[in-house]
Amino acid sequence: MRRFELLLPQSVDECVRTLAQQGPETKLLAGGTDLLPQLKNGLLKPARVIDLSGVAQLRAIESANGQGLRIGSAVTARTLELDRTVQGRYLSLAESGALVGSVQVRNLATLGGNLCNAAPSADMAPPLLALDAEAIIVGPKGERRVPVATFFTGVRKTVLAPDELLVELALPATGPNSGGNYLRHTPRRELDIAVVGVASQLTLANGVCAKARIALAAVAPVPLRATGAERALEGQRVTPELIARAADLALEVARPISDQRGSADFRRHLVRVLTRRTLTTALARASA
Amino acid sequence: MAKHALSCTVNDEPVEVLVQPWDTLLDALRERMGLTGPKEGCGTGDCGACTVHFDGKPIASCLLLAMQARGHEVRTIEGLGKPGALHPLQEAFVKHGVPQCGFCIPGVLMAAAALLTENPRPTEEEIRYGIAGNLCRCTGYTKMLAAITEAAGATAGRRS
Repeated sequence: MRRFELLLPQSVDECVRTLAQQGPETKLLAGGTDLLPQLKNGLLKPARVIDLSGVAQLRAIESANGQGLRIGSAVTARTLELDRTVQGRYLSLAESGALVGSVQVRNLATLGGNLCNAAPSADMAPPLLALDAEAIIVGPKGERRVPVATFFTGVRKTVLAPDELLVELALPATGPNSGGNYLRHTPRRELDIAVVGVASQLTLANGVCAKARIALAAVAPVPLRATGAERALEGQRVTPELIARAADLALEVARPISDQRGSADFRRHLVRVLTRRTLTTALARASA
Repeated sequence: MAKHALSCTVNDEPVEVLVQPWDTLLDALRERMGLTGPKEGCGTGDCGACTVHFDGKPIASCLLLAMQARGHEVRTIEGLGKPGALHPLQEAFVKHGVPQCGFCIPGVLMAAAALLTENPRPTEEEIRYGIAGNLCRCTGYTKMLAAITEAAGATAGRRS
C-alpha cells in the first residue's frame, strides 16, 4: 500500500482540530471497507489518514428522550442489522445494514462511511432518506444539521467541507402506525452492489396514509426521494391499485444509466417492482 | 515515517510490535508476528481468506489497519484449537476431508466458529449465509456444509 502518515485522535474535538491543521491531503478512516481498497489500488493517495476508531462517541446509539434515535457515524452495518431498537423502530435501516457485503465486511463497514463514500448505490442511504434523517456535522465553526436528502451532491460528493466530520445521524420518531422496508436487486444475493435499491416508509392515521416516503438508490447520481409518488399516497387509503400508481410515479425522478450492472430500461423496471414491493410490505408493517 | 507501537491481544497473549502506518492487521499478523494462518486472497474484503476474530467478531483483516487493532482482542486460526485439542469444527473438517488446496480453510473455520458462537444451532440456510463471505475456488462447499452441520450438533451436544 502507498505510504501515509496515520493520526489517532480520541475525541471528536481532537479529530476536528487535527483535520483543520492538516489540509487537503487528508482522509478520514472509519471501517475502511471502501477506503482501504481505494488506497491499495491507488485511486486515493492521501498524505495523511485520520483513524476514527479511537473516538468512542462515534459508535454510540442513543434514544433521545424516547423521541427518535441518534446513531453515531461509526456504528457498523452489523450493529444496525442486529440492534433491537433499530430493528423495532427503523426496520428498513436494519434491513439495509444486513445487505452490505459479508459478515466480515459488515463488522467493519460503518453507517457514516457508507454515506460519505457517496456511491449512488449506497444501501444505507435510501432508508435514511425515507426516515427523514438528519446528518449532524461538526467542523471548526461548530455543529450543523443537514437533511440526509440534501447530503449528497454528486457521485462520490457530499456537502461535507474538507475540515468537517459526520458525527451522527438523527432519526425522528416514527410513531406507532408506521412501517418501512428496504429492498434491492442484485444478481448475487451476498457481496454485491445494488442494481437498484428502494426504501419505503408509510405512516397511517385512521386507516389513511398520513405520511409516505419513497427513496431510490442507483438510479441517479445521488440517492433521491420520489416525491410525486409520495404525494399520490398521502391523504389516501392505500390500496394495491394506488401502490401500483405510486410505483409508476416513482419513475418520474429516476434518471438511470446503463452500465455493467444493468441497463437503464432494466433499472426503470426495477424501480416499479421494488417500489411496489416495499410499499406493500411497509403497509403491512404499518397496519400490524 | 515513524513506526507505531501496536499493543493488542493476539490468541490470548498480550503482544507489542512495531508496525508501519499503512500495515494492515493481516500484514502485522503474517509479517511481524509470524501468524501465517490468515491468508491474503483478494486484499479487498471479497474472499474471506484473511478472516480473523476481532473482539470475538469475524472481520476481513486485510481491510483493517494494524493500528486500528490497538487495545483489541484478535484471534487467528492458530488460536482456535491446539494440536491434540482441536476445535469441534476442525475435528469435523478433518473427518469430512474438507480441505482441498486448503487456502480458504483458515478463513472458513474462523467464519464458521463465529457463526456457531452467535448461533449454536444454525439451519442450513444460516450456515450458507454465515460463510457467504468466504470463497473456495476448489468449490468445496458441500463438504463444508456437512462438516459445519455436524460440528454444530457436537458443539450444542457438549453444552447441554
